[in-house]
Amino acid sequence: MAQEIERTFERFSEILQDLTFTEVRRWKEEHPGKKSIAYFPVYAPLEIIHACGMLPVGLNGAGDRLDIQYADARFGSFICSIVKTTMEMGMTGHLDVFDGMLFSSICDSARNLCFVFKRNFPQMYVDFLHLPHNPSTSAAADFLESEYRRLQRELEKLGNCEMSPEGLHRAIVLYNQNRTLLQQLYALRAERPELLRTSELYAAMRAGNFVPVETHNAWLEEVLAGVNLRAGKRRDSIRVVIEGSFCEQPPLDLIRLIEEAGCYVVDDDFILGRRWFTEDVPVDGDPLRALAESYVNRAVYSSVRHDWRNPRHKALLEKVKRTGAEAVILLIAKFCEPAYFDYVLFKKELEGAGIPHLLLEFEEKAFTFDRLRTEVETFVESLLFV
Amino acid sequence: MSETSKAEYRGGMHQRQKALMLDWYARLDEGARTGSPPAVSLMISGNCVELLEAFGAVPIYPEINALQLAIRHQSLEPILAAEEMGYAADNCAYVKADIGAMLKGITPTGGKLPKPTLVFCNFVGCNTYIKWFEHLAEFQNAPLFMLDVPFLRGDEPSKEDIAYVIQQMHELIKKLEELTGRKFDYDRFREAVRCSSQVEESWSRIKRLAQRSPSPFDAYFDAITLMGPLYVHRARPEGVEFFELALREMEEKVARGEGVYDQERFRLVMEGPPPYPFFRAFRDMFAKWKACAVASTYSTVGGLWEFGFRHDPDHPFESVAMHMLQHNVVNRNYLQRYEQIRRYIEEWNAHGLIIHFVKSCRLFSAGQGDMRDYFTRKLGIPTLYLESDLADPRYFSEAQIKNRMDAFFEGLEHSQAAGSLRAGAA
Ligand code: SF4
Ligand code: SF4
Repeated sequence: MAQEIERTFERFSEILQDLTFTEVRRWKEEHPGKKSIAYFPVYAPLEIIHACGMLPVGLNGAGDRLDIQYADARFGSFICSIVKTTMEMGMTGHLDVFDGMLFSSICDSARNLCFVFKRNFPQMYVDFLHLPHNPSTSAAADFLESEYRRLQRELEKLGNCEMSPEGLHRAIVLYNQNRTLLQQLYALRAERPELLRTSELYAAMRAGNFVPVETHNAWLEEVLAGVNLRAGKRRDSIRVVIEGSFCEQPPLDLIRLIEEAGCYVVDDDFILGRRWFTEDVPVDGDPLRALAESYVNRAVYSSVRHDWRNPRHKALLEKVKRTGAEAVILLIAKFCEPAYFDYVLFKKELEGAGIPHLLLEFEEKAFTFDRLRTEVETFVESLLFV
Repeated sequence: MSETSKAEYRGGMHQRQKALMLDWYARLDEGARTGSPPAVSLMISGNCVELLEAFGAVPIYPEINALQLAIRHQSLEPILAAEEMGYAADNCAYVKADIGAMLKGITPTGGKLPKPTLVFCNFVGCNTYIKWFEHLAEFQNAPLFMLDVPFLRGDEPSKEDIAYVIQQMHELIKKLEELTGRKFDYDRFREAVRCSSQVEESWSRIKRLAQRSPSPFDAYFDAITLMGPLYVHRARPEGVEFFELALREMEEKVARGEGVYDQERFRLVMEGPPPYPFFRAFRDMFAKWKACAVASTYSTVGGLWEFGFRHDPDHPFESVAMHMLQHNVVNRNYLQRYEQIRRYIEEWNAHGLIIHFVKSCRLFSAGQGDMRDYFTRKLGIPTLYLESDLADPRYFSEAQIKNRMDAFFEGLEHSQAAGSLRAGAA
């Protein structure tokens, strides 16, 4: 069993590195005529896609597995890697397996990428969701509901299908389960970090981007059962919260490096869209409304979701207290403007509260981390041996 | 006398322009000293300054602060101060210039800026606005109101988009009533909307005059002079009177057959903001070739009126909402910008396009490589791509830009000699 779980994690990391999207192709073969819809981070209402009988697929760039040959000519200097690798994937045919691609109002680079996609890939359904930035108004949920209805209509047109409220209810139940399972794994890792490594949890979570939610739920159950059988041994480590990797993802090796350098990650914002809500999306009442209303009122804080009722810097501090973290690593993608800006208030708040923090910049396409390793090790040592 | 100084037109409107801007700073200074008029921070792009006008509130424009600091060569110090507190080298330099200046007490005129009664973020397109205004609220300990304007995903806003914006406008009014202790004056609001519509009419006609050859003004460099009063006084009688004067002077120039250059050689469309710290040096590079910008996307940040949209005093709320949603370059999608430029090239008879990539501003710059691809490969328009910044003097390499410009104009010259350069050619 213990060996089995190791193999499972290996498989997950293979799936998430697979730029040919084998899992998606297989699903399409098994479901002739059905559509797959990719989405650019951070969040998308996967329930709606699922309820239209389509496969939602979370894209997170191409990491170091694709050389940039064409995209640099479209997106020049000072633009983050994920925008370029996503463009490159499109220009090299890697995204042909997808029938559609969704973007949302997270930042200026991603927004322009959406429309560049529209021009360059006219055969694809490309859409932009405006996720509201003013949750203080009651009109926000109305607006978002209409935006979701528009998405529903577009998908129905694309798939020549009809989405039923019952189907959407079922999807919400499935994704609620998915989020609950992920939360359980997150809680387990925070409590018994020796049982579940962050790199493993990360792979298990991200592998779910490429398969139907039912399959992912089964995988996560397996993981939960499997890791509980492990006999881990505690190491001398500091408890850290990782913040800032909500969109472009750090290379798996970098996550491993942080752990090996002596960090128990007790919370993070990796693949945040899969854990978007603080509570279950309600299953009574109109399901589209429930999704919209949950986005506005019961979503996690994030650098791409603006809610001054509960400012992000306060929310980060809350998280640090709740998880008993000793320090924060601000792990930020190079040229990620939302993360850069938020760093200023995060820093101010953390310093005010006397919480040590470390700023690390990464690029998803990086593959050597010597400098970063030294920085993390020095940071950990400074906290362990005081 | 440099080519630029010769090219710069100095008429009555320039005196008036200066006076109007000083008048604005004086009102801000008064607000800072006496607490009245109330001051509200907001963004320039697609804003609803008409609503503030109805409260007799004076706008604070952080973008204008940043611009003024940059053009007066005062932006580096506040930018460095901001980086010191944690802003990244690659954050928008406008934000850094403004916030750094605020914390160091630097203002462009040396006068005082009031603490805003409300930090009002009209979120139109640029996501940086949200961050900027959150920081302003935090650092000034002032209340924040976010007005979320849905981005233009298709060609037009939906009726739900419009309803969403209008409802937030009503909530903003309530908030302003609460904070200023003043009642919303509907008649004054309509009057402000009427002023805006008149300003827009004159401004559009001025822009259309650039379709003439020679063009009586430079729609990039000179347009910036006009943009000050446009943003600060659009909804006021002073604005109406100013733009009537400007239109009159421009029409007189046309009647006299006077252009920016005595012999206009090239007509260009400009995309992207200018490098403010090197404004004059940059302009010189155009003047040398007697190259005139006949249209620019940057001059439509505040509003895009040359294609017909006007505020409407008979439908004040709806038209203000439409302005914010649809009729400014910032909230329009990227492909709509391509179309705007394409129309400029055609209808303003331009020979080429200059794309000025500004590292600060991803709203403008992200994807400009694709834009270049569209115009050169798809439409066959001579296009030059330059890189620098709008406020950070560290990113302007004068010699390199000059060389590239010279090479570009030499190329245009050759095509002209060979008879293959057609204005407005597509
Ligand atoms: S990594 Fe940051 S800048 Fe890049 S697309 Fe994502 S949110 Fe935008
Ligand atoms: S990113 Fe561009 S549009 Fe946005 S605030 Fe900065 S300069 Fe202005």
